[in-house]
Amino acid sequence: MSRQSLSKAHAKITELSWEPTFATPATRFGTDYTFDKAPKKDPLKQIMRSYFPMEEEKDNRVFGAMDGAIRGNMFRQVQQRWMEWQKLFLSIIPFPEISAARAMPMAIDAVPNPEIHNGLAVQMIDEVRHSTIQMNLKKLYMNHYIDPAGFDITEKAFANNYAGTIGRQFGEGFITGDAITAANIYLTVVAETAFTNTLFVAMPDEAAANGDYLLPTVFHSVQSDESRHISNGYSILLMALADEDNRQLLERDLRYAWWNNHCVVDAAIGTFIEYGTKDRRKDRDSYAEMWRRWIYDDYYRSYLIPLEKYGLKIPHDLVEEAWNRIYNKGYVHEVAQFFATGWPVNYWRIDPMTDTDFEWFEEKYPGWYNKYGKWWENYNRLRYPGKNKPIAFEDVDYQYPHRCWTCMVPALIREDMVTEKVDGQWRTYCSETCAWTDIKAFRPEYEGRPTPNMGRLTGHREWETLHHNRDLADIIKDLGYVRDDGKTLIPQPHLDLDDQKKLWTLDDVRGINFASPNILLNEMSDADREAHVAAYKAGGPAGRPAPAKV
Amino acid sequence: MAQAAVNKERSFPHPEFTDSEAGALTFPSSTSRSYNYYKPAKARATTYEDVTFDVQPDPERHLSQGWIYGFANTPGGYPQDWTRLKSSDWHQFRDPNEEWEKTIYRNNAAVVRQISLSLENAKRAKAYSHWNPAWVRFIERNLGAWMHAENGLGMHVFTAAQRSAPTNMINNAMAVNAAHKLRFAQDLALFNLDLAESEIDFDGQVHRDVWQNDPAWQGVRENAERLTAIGDWGEALFATNIVFESLVGVLFRSDLLMQISARNGDYITPTIVGAGENDYSRDLGYTRALFSMLTRDEKHGDENKAVLGEWLSTWVPQSLRAAHELQPIWSQPNEKVVTFADSLDAAKATFRSVLADLDLEAPKELDQ
Ligand SMILES: [Fe+2]
Ligand SMILES: [Fe+2]
Ligand SMILES: [Zn+2]
Repeated sequence: MSRQSLSKAHAKITELSWEPTFATPATRFGTDYTFDKAPKKDPLKQIMRSYFPMEEEKDNRVFGAMDGAIRGNMFRQVQQRWMEWQKLFLSIIPFPEISAARAMPMAIDAVPNPEIHNGLAVQMIDEVRHSTIQMNLKKLYMNHYIDPAGFDITEKAFANNYAGTIGRQFGEGFITGDAITAANIYLTVVAETAFTNTLFVAMPDEAAANGDYLLPTVFHSVQSDESRHISNGYSILLMALADEDNRQLLERDLRYAWWNNHCVVDAAIGTFIEYGTKDRRKDRDSYAEMWRRWIYDDYYRSYLIPLEKYGLKIPHDLVEEAWNRIYNKGYVHEVAQFFATGWPVNYWRIDPMTDTDFEWFEEKYPGWYNKYGKWWENYNRLRYPGKNKPIAFEDVDYQYPHRCWTCMVPALIREDMVTEKVDGQWRTYCSETCAWTDIKAFRPEYEGRPTPNMGRLTGHREWETLHHNRDLADIIKDLGYVRDDGKTLIPQPHLDLDDQKKLWTLDDVRGINFASPNILLNEMSDADREAHVAAYKAGGPAGRPAPAKV
Repeated sequence: MAQAAVNKERSFPHPEFTDSEAGALTFPSSTSRSYNYYKPAKARATTYEDVTFDVQPDPERHLSQGWIYGFANTPGGYPQDWTRLKSSDWHQFRDPNEEWEKTIYRNNAAVVRQISLSLENAKRAKAYSHWNPAWVRFIERNLGAWMHAENGLGMHVFTAAQRSAPTNMINNAMAVNAAHKLRFAQDLALFNLDLAESEIDFDGQVHRDVWQNDPAWQGVRENAERLTAIGDWGEALFATNIVFESLVGVLFRSDLLMQISARNGDYITPTIVGAGENDYSRDLGYTRALFSMLTRDEKHGDENKAVLGEWLSTWVPQSLRAAHELQPIWSQPNEKVVTFADSLDAAKATFRSVLADLDLEAPKELDQ
């Protein structure tokens, strides 16, 4: 279609909406934002006549690449270290995708301007596309990769695993609570605009470097829909800014959404990119370098800061602190180490790090070896069953962490942990901002202003609580992380499939008691708890307990 | 930001042989190559099931920590009490159309291509110049008004409802239904635009006034607006796809337009409206599958039938009124071909058979 006929077509389509006089659409989802003064803002437009053929074309390329990968036997050259982490990643991501589809009516409810409704409805269809195309990619991996265990249980594992739950925020956050907080600020202004770059661009690059060129095909195809979504979100944001009363909420939501996305996405994607790769060429960017480019420069400096002139309060301090956590406080390294510590309750295998890896880490993050090197050497030493328990239950100078009540990633940067009694329970948080999110932001009142539509943090938020004082073998069995011989575990702390004796079974983990740090914390006397928290905060890095006071 | 930033080509290491393909080694689970956490409807899982089932988690299935965000005063996630209907197992529902990414784009792209081709050919052949003035008025006013209904329902019934049902299978089916409606509304709008730009005297703007003010259309508009106002997703789906579509949608599209267009020298309208009818028969397919699952539910079937009966007595009179108010348009074309009574009888007959299929009694209002 020519430009002129395209703009005529767009104009025509806007004639389809009307002012109802008998009844107005049900408002299922509330918001504390108001849009009474909102000027009309048109996002990027899309008409169905060009949309469907365009997407079909993209699909054909994806399916062509899939056929090609199978015919070309791609799996003879994929790195297992990489593919194993896809069992986690691809179990999580289809849910946020479908949640984005489900979030669209919340935004439509909240924002009265029909100009933007079309774009949101098209986004809904895109997100159904993304979710199912990713499930299909995962199925292909399950069918053609050497070790299907973990892919075969994918959605169940996603739903009953601690790491799945961390990822689930990046989905439930889109569809719950205040409609604008969820479907606009958290989903679009932060998750899609900032973090899809690491998810859908940086990560696929790493996949390709590990012999997997299918993931890039699928995820670049997904990402190509994202500019329209970003434009939808931007339009709503500008409309929200038009009303002074919204600014306090915008400031709150941007702080929450930014910080939560950082906690969750950087934990996961950072780990995949730094610890899931075999590409250790020195000119390969580290996750920190990628983050600096994609998030700091392209999002923070080019997208967020220019919004200041419209009255948006930017969380400069939190952007800097996220960078500080990633670059100086070892956030990604701490998380990767925690994943590896918890290997028996994962549904993927984690490859030990080698000297080549050590060298690369030292180059990219000077001082890495002194902090993490010993622990990874121990991980390697303890990788087979028989003589030892899983590393979490051996003495390797590592204190199992408390979990952050808000983001559910553990409080790994030990000195930053915040402990508060909230709603009658002692809770731990990874950071001041996560504490604020639970204590101040997700409440019916914010800084003296009623926020009746704000969501709540709910659920059994500490995963370990569910399994407190149980035998590790029983836990793993109940979770279903056992292979089809009924005894070999799906997770393994190495990649060696060639010898059954190297594979851990239920028998190897029986008799080990599993405990919840939060339950234990709440059982302590005030004095014990204070001492415990002080010692915890004096610990680290790399999970080292603080030296006993003399 | 995404688009601006796809820059700086990265170099990749040389590929390395890793022997990581299926079958390279034998070990526990080395042949476990199917999603094993749900039971497919038939012996073998379909791709549709594999890519859709359990993607929306459920505390009744594997979700052990529960929903981790809630609304201010109610649980988050997908509460089952967002409809009055009950099921002993919502997860039994499968979309008979097996819609997923591939089918959505393949089907809709095919429709779009077919319609674009028809419109191009019509333009080239000056097909509209044969239309008599009465038919031109008929299309500009009535088909013009109808496209609003399609769009409104697509946006505020189906797009809205797909947030609300307890399973991914149900929500995806409603999302695809939304896509159909929105596409069809746009197909009609762009047809309207073509006509306005053609050599004939066609008023491309009058549709708004007809929809908003013409007495013949106010019953339909009222019905459509009231459908969008329903909070219970099950009621919205039922009142729209079972009641309104049968008594008003099919009445207007199949039992009027499809019958009379050709006789009035119009071969284009049936192509476009036929695509909408075809969408509807797919969408009716999943709707019937869902409601028959609910009326046949061992535990809740009777209760569900009672609720659906209540909804029938609310919505059948509303849609019948809308249908009756439309009656004047039957006499507008030169070639009348069918009477309103014939069309309505046909629509009612189809509606009765849908109800019978769902094991529901036709409400007494239908005999009026
Ligand atoms: Fe997406
Ligand atoms: Fe998106
Ligand atoms: Zn946290």
